[in-house]
Amino acid sequence: MARTRVVGQRTPLIDGVQKVTGRAQYTADLPIAHALVGRILRSPVAHGVIRRIDTTAARAISGVRAVITGEDFAAPYGVIPIAQNEWPLARDKVRYRGEPLVAVAAVDAATAEAALAAITFEIEPLPAYFGAADARADSAVLLHDRKKGNIEREVDQLFGDVEGGFAAADLVREQTFHYAEVTHGQMELNASIVEYDAVEDRLISHSVTQVPYYLHLTIAQCLGIDTAKVRVVKPFVGGGFGHRVEPLNFELVNAALARAAGDTVRMDLSREDGFLTHRGRPETDIRLKLGMKKSGEITAVDCEIVQRGGAYGGYGLVTILYAGALLHALYRIPAVKYRGHRVYTNTPPCGAMRGHGAVDARHAFEAMLDIMARELGLDPFAVRRANLIAPPWRTINDLQVNSYGIPECLDRVERASGWKTRRGKLPRGRGLGLACSHYVSGSAKPVHWSGEPHAVVNLKLDFDGGITLLTGAADIGQGSSTLLAQVVAEVLEIPLLRIRVIAGDSALTPKDNGSYSSRVSFMVGNAALNAAQELKRILLAAAARKLEASVDDIDWEGEHCRVAGTERVIAFDAIVEAALADAGTLTVKGTWSTPPETQGGKFRGAAVGSTAAFSYAAQVVEVAVDEETGEVKVEHVWVAHDCGYAINPLAVEGQVQGAVWMGMGQALAEETRYHDGLPLHASMLDYRIATSADTPPIDVELVETHDPLGPFGAKEASEGALHGFAPALTNAIYDAIGLRLNELPASPDRVLDAIQARSREERLRARRRAKDLQPVAS
Amino acid sequence: MARRLLTLTVNGRAREDAVADHELLVDYLRNTLELTGTKQGCDGGECGACTVLIDGEPRLACITLAATCEGRRIETIESIATAGRLSRLQQAFHEKLGTQCGFCTPGMIMAAEGLLRRNPNPDEREIREALSGNLCRCTGYVKIVESVQAVAGD
Repeated sequence: MARTRVVGQRTPLIDGVQKVTGRAQYTADLPIAHALVGRILRSPVAHGVIRRIDTTAARAISGVRAVITGEDFAAPYGVIPIAQNEWPLARDKVRYRGEPLVAVAAVDAATAEAALAAITFEIEPLPAYFGAADARADSAVLLHDRKKGNIEREVDQLFGDVEGGFAAADLVREQTFHYAEVTHGQMELNASIVEYDAVEDRLISHSVTQVPYYLHLTIAQCLGIDTAKVRVVKPFVGGGFGHRVEPLNFELVNAALARAAGDTVRMDLSREDGFLTHRGRPETDIRLKLGMKKSGEITAVDCEIVQRGGAYGGYGLVTILYAGALLHALYRIPAVKYRGHRVYTNTPPCGAMRGHGAVDARHAFEAMLDIMARELGLDPFAVRRANLIAPPWRTINDLQVNSYGIPECLDRVERASGWKTRRGKLPRGRGLGLACSHYVSGSAKPVHWSGEPHAVVNLKLDFDGGITLLTGAADIGQGSSTLLAQVVAEVLEIPLLRIRVIAGDSALTPKDNGSYSSRVSFMVGNAALNAAQELKRILLAAAARKLEASVDDIDWEGEHCRVAGTERVIAFDAIVEAALADAGTLTVKGTWSTPPETQGGKFRGAAVGSTAAFSYAAQVVEVAVDEETGEVKVEHVWVAHDCGYAINPLAVEGQVQGAVWMGMGQALAEETRYHDGLPLHASMLDYRIATSADTPPIDVELVETHDPLGPFGAKEASEGALHGFAPALTNAIYDAIGLRLNELPASPDRVLDAIQARSREERLRARRRAKDLQPVAS
Repeated sequence: MARRLLTLTVNGRAREDAVADHELLVDYLRNTLELTGTKQGCDGGECGACTVLIDGEPRLACITLAATCEGRRIETIESIATAGRLSRLQQAFHEKLGTQCGFCTPGMIMAAEGLLRRNPNPDEREIREALSGNLCRCTGYVKIVESVQAVAGD
């Protein structure tokens, strides 16, 4: 009898009941009584030298238990080990408006706020730069010592014969693009609770992190405390999208406050604080030049990208490397020149955001394909089909492609959208646009290279017959804990309910590199698979001993074992009993690492973009454009995503829908705006996230290419479909009204400006033509 | 700071509590009653995460003064499952993945509950409009709308 499989089934989240009943506890919900209240004072100056901070009056207020400044930290921090240039509270200089300056802990919120108001300080202003060009000017004051031209990182890469490629092209086109800065906007406000044991100098941080172990290390580093005295616990986390992949200033500040106060401190941050903490996608300028044969074949790419990185390093150097690295591995491209400039500016630091580094570059690329296909008389599908990869394939920048679903993704969305019958036949103002995209299933090399396996999972089996899966991987709503439980249940052929997952407690769970770069399903999934196989081996041996048979003769039949071809059977609880009798409580480990051939090339920066597997997606967007108001309405999205294999099709659909929708937000409406470094967008009313009423139907088709290295063939599903939305949208706008929009978001004001500029241009041209035709006066 | 005695019903239980004049309903629910299912996701009236029912109508607890709820009937997410059973709406959100990170979910379910009580058979447009004050950053709303549709008309 064929058994019921666990993977491949539409599986509700194992923690879903807690979420729908309100029982799920997020950091701010934790019932930790009698905590002090922590508050942060922020800099009103965008760039300046701190001359004086006077906290005397604040300290004198009754009920104030601690006041700290940058001088109270042992070391600076930063997510990239070679770029640690940020202090939890500003030290010596402030570099953006809203940078944390002083923090207090007090018996209640009113006292804490009174203390903030009693602090006086003097900051000597320096020239401040809110755009990348100003910060790069020769005369600009440096934000950071030894960072000439306020450049955090320059990238200069050349692969293949670029000049030869352009010479061999039938058509060469060049275009510039501009992209607004956008931010994560996860729904849960930032919060931190730190329990401090003053007698033993130990602390427990409950926080909203996507990477508990790295927060653990960073707290120890910034406080100058032994790493063994720190514990980081991740409660339920209300979304991340990259905001929480770095240790964030408030998490370190609250730990220092708790230690200074000798007590437990809770810090609840506002939505405005979240916008100041930021770490989102930078404002970006792109110049892109493409060479193409009449067949649509790409012959060469020349791309230059400038990112306004904000005041500190953060993930910046990875972002600027990703932008270049992922020009590759979607299409077969013989030559690429890439120059990237990551610039320091006096704005809140940017960092990693869903689709990290590659979103704006993908827009530029897919827009160029559309432009050039039109000129060559090629269908947008045809130009992409002229550049397909045949796996296994090694790109010219040494990325390994082992599975590749673009051909099928294209076929699926072409069919689903009715492209062949509808395109070109829609009324004016209505249009269809296509774009493809891809993303890594986990960065092949961790950010903090320690030589350890890339993923570790523990399984504990004890007297009750329950299996506890221990993982450091943070479930932040993407459903990773459910997926890991499914993998183990599948291998052991047991019901999902026999498994409980403990995720993200640095005292209990094995270290995990974290929930970023869409690595968890692939890497931690593989580690869980290996752990389950190890546990099965031990249980099989116990069953064989009990049944007095050879292991080779035992059939594993899920909740019992059988001597093949006989009625001699042993039930699961008896197998567990036998196994425990031999060894006591069983704890097994599964590990996984990316194979060396998928870890990228040898050039500087080669690790970024390298991955064991790429996901692929294609999407068609249908728009209606109102040429009177400039309003762009998305009518429908058809997306096909190659996720390798859908371990949980329900969750994969949810991830793809969410990714496409987040791409839509950036493409249509979302942007941060500053006035002299002051955010003008720091609320959910001013930062325009689409509501249910603004959201079109998003039809998802899953393509399964069964990656040779993925767990059950699975690849990532949370990011790869995001990148394609914006270019599919602007390509659809062109199809609708013949207008190329090279600046995002496509907000009504920008679209209307572009429409009016085009009308002016047309009128001028008509006038010039009329003038040329006029007979010369005699 | 003036305080007053507030008499009201929360999740079917009569209560009398001292509240400060300026105390928000969301803080009263979360801090005094420890009903932390009601979330705060913004700085006031932006996101809908704190949606509760006041006399059966969806309202934002983060811009409602507790003192204005004198004599009112408040329902929060904690009251929706009864006797250990999920409501059909909760069951649908669970099974159809109307929840991902779960942070907007209590507010979303309360807004949907309010809609279904006044209009048991809403169409997709009506569902989308009724939930348009509740932001979700995970789902693109697709599976949220499907979850509500699954129980509409029952």
